[in-house]
Amino acid sequence: MTVSEIHALYQSGKTSPSEIIEQAIRRIESLDPKIHAFAWFDPQWVRQQVKVLEARGGGRGPLWGIPVVVKDNICVQGAPATCASKILSGFDPPYNATVIEKLRAAGAILMGMANMDEFAFGSSCEHSCYGPTRNPWDLGRVPGGSSGGSAASTAASFTPLALGSDTGGSIRQPASFCGVVGMKPTYGRVSRYGLIAFASSLDQIGPFSSTVADSALLLGAIAGFDPRDSTSGNVPVPDYLQEIKQGAKGLRIGVPKECFGKGIDPEVNEALQQALEQCKKLGITVKEVSLPRTEYAIPTYYVVATAEASSNLARFDGVQYGYRSASGQTILDMYAKTRGEGFGPEAKRRIILGTFVLSSGYYDAYYGHALKVRTLIKEDFDRVFREVDCVVTPTSPTPAFKLGEKLADPLTMYLSDIFTISVNMAGLPGVSIPCGFTKAGLPIGMQWIGRPFEEGVLFRGCHAYERAAGWHTKRPPLS
Amino acid sequence: MAISLKDVEYLSHLARLELTPEELQRFAPQLEEILAYVEKLKTAPTEGVAATTHVLNLANVFREDKVQPSLPTEQVLANTSSREGLFFKVPKVIDSS
Repeated sequence: MTVSEIHALYQSGKTSPSEIIEQAIRRIESLDPKIHAFAWFDPQWVRQQVKVLEARGGGRGPLWGIPVVVKDNICVQGAPATCASKILSGFDPPYNATVIEKLRAAGAILMGMANMDEFAFGSSCEHSCYGPTRNPWDLGRVPGGSSGGSAASTAASFTPLALGSDTGGSIRQPASFCGVVGMKPTYGRVSRYGLIAFASSLDQIGPFSSTVADSALLLGAIAGFDPRDSTSGNVPVPDYLQEIKQGAKGLRIGVPKECFGKGIDPEVNEALQQALEQCKKLGITVKEVSLPRTEYAIPTYYVVATAEASSNLARFDGVQYGYRSASGQTILDMYAKTRGEGFGPEAKRRIILGTFVLSSGYYDAYYGHALKVRTLIKEDFDRVFREVDCVVTPTSPTPAFKLGEKLADPLTMYLSDIFTISVNMAGLPGVSIPCGFTKAGLPIGMQWIGRPFEEGVLFRGCHAYERAAGWHTKRPPLS
Repeated sequence: MAISLKDVEYLSHLARLELTPEELQRFAPQLEEILAYVEKLKTAPTEGVAATTHVLNLANVFREDKVQPSLPTEQVLANTSSREGLFFKVPKVIDSS
């Protein structure tokens, strides 16, 4: 069900939050053992929130009585936040993230913590200390990552809404693999206060939902300036649901020619071409554009993001929180052993790579140089957005791959983010929406990229396409 | 560039991250492969291009110098596995033996 369908039921008095939540709990209890979208789920904790909400009275917020699952890297008081890592085992956040305060104020019911790749390092949700999440459309395939649990929970109709985080595609790629809507807002649109940092210049929190309107609703509830996040943008938050009503007619889409080279699955290409044809029928102009620096996006990302990650993850040393090795004799020994025992393989690989690109003698050649290339990537978009309102690409070159398929080869895994990464490098908003299915029944996603703080424009185009195409009505057959 | 076991060992020391012999063996060729891919960046025309450290072009962000409530000490200490009184307890920092 969508948020507006649930709210219609509440308004008619046909059902109450406690009934909707009990239904969700039963569904999660019966189906999540197969999918494993949740890293942490405690029905009693959920029921307690419903009691508080129903007793609260007063006005009903825009998410009143709506179940939401939260990625395991966002701090929620009363629930653990572990980034799916042993090194944060038992961490009980002492405060709520700003987005959590906003969700609570809007009346949302938090259902638990969603599984993810450890510290958001990964594109498959297989790098989790809790074990992998499975794709609800095909249990032998990955849900994408790193926000795989949030995407799977939405696709499996455990929750109509979920929060994820996106540093290089971690919301959009799993949304594409799971056939749902996933939006990465403009850098600075949503406060990062209480989001456990991966790469601070790239991270953003954003919504998952099954429709574009619900994405707009959830973004409206969590967006806005926050004095506790000095990188949040002091830009007013529009009423996205009103903006959607303006429709898509007259919008101009640019399709980068660089996104249709080798490596694209033919079924993905075909679905995208058909979607673009449909957009034209809606009065949207489609033209070819060029983002010549796309080829640099992944190497730039793996320098900048790992550098920032190695620095951010220095705080996990066993002193203030989380796991501590029992065997360290001196403090340095304790740090090294705690981190060696606490981090999983992908986290270690990225810390080592990040340490390398920041190390004396290599800093200028790698990190310093990558920051300049980042400027070039951003300039590509600045230029294109003088001619068009949105840029459309496939979200991922392929549909969901099989579990284990890319685990042994980190570089191949990294390449699956080719279309999403440059959006984070340039700080732009991007959203993935379903645009078809493969013959084998796997969802295909298309990505819409917009100008900074123009999420509303993306919602307009995506909503119009979604209504015309109708993919959002398809749900995976689960039993 | 070639990455030796010794290089990875040195990085693991810099990162205060103990790696097992198997991890050292595995990471060295993987890092080499990833860095070979990153080499592509060297062909990018960056002469005279400014670095982007931040996309929003924010200058210094100031707030009023006003005392705000902070977390209670007990709450701050609640997540540590080792404490003594109001302090985090750690192993020996200076070896005096």
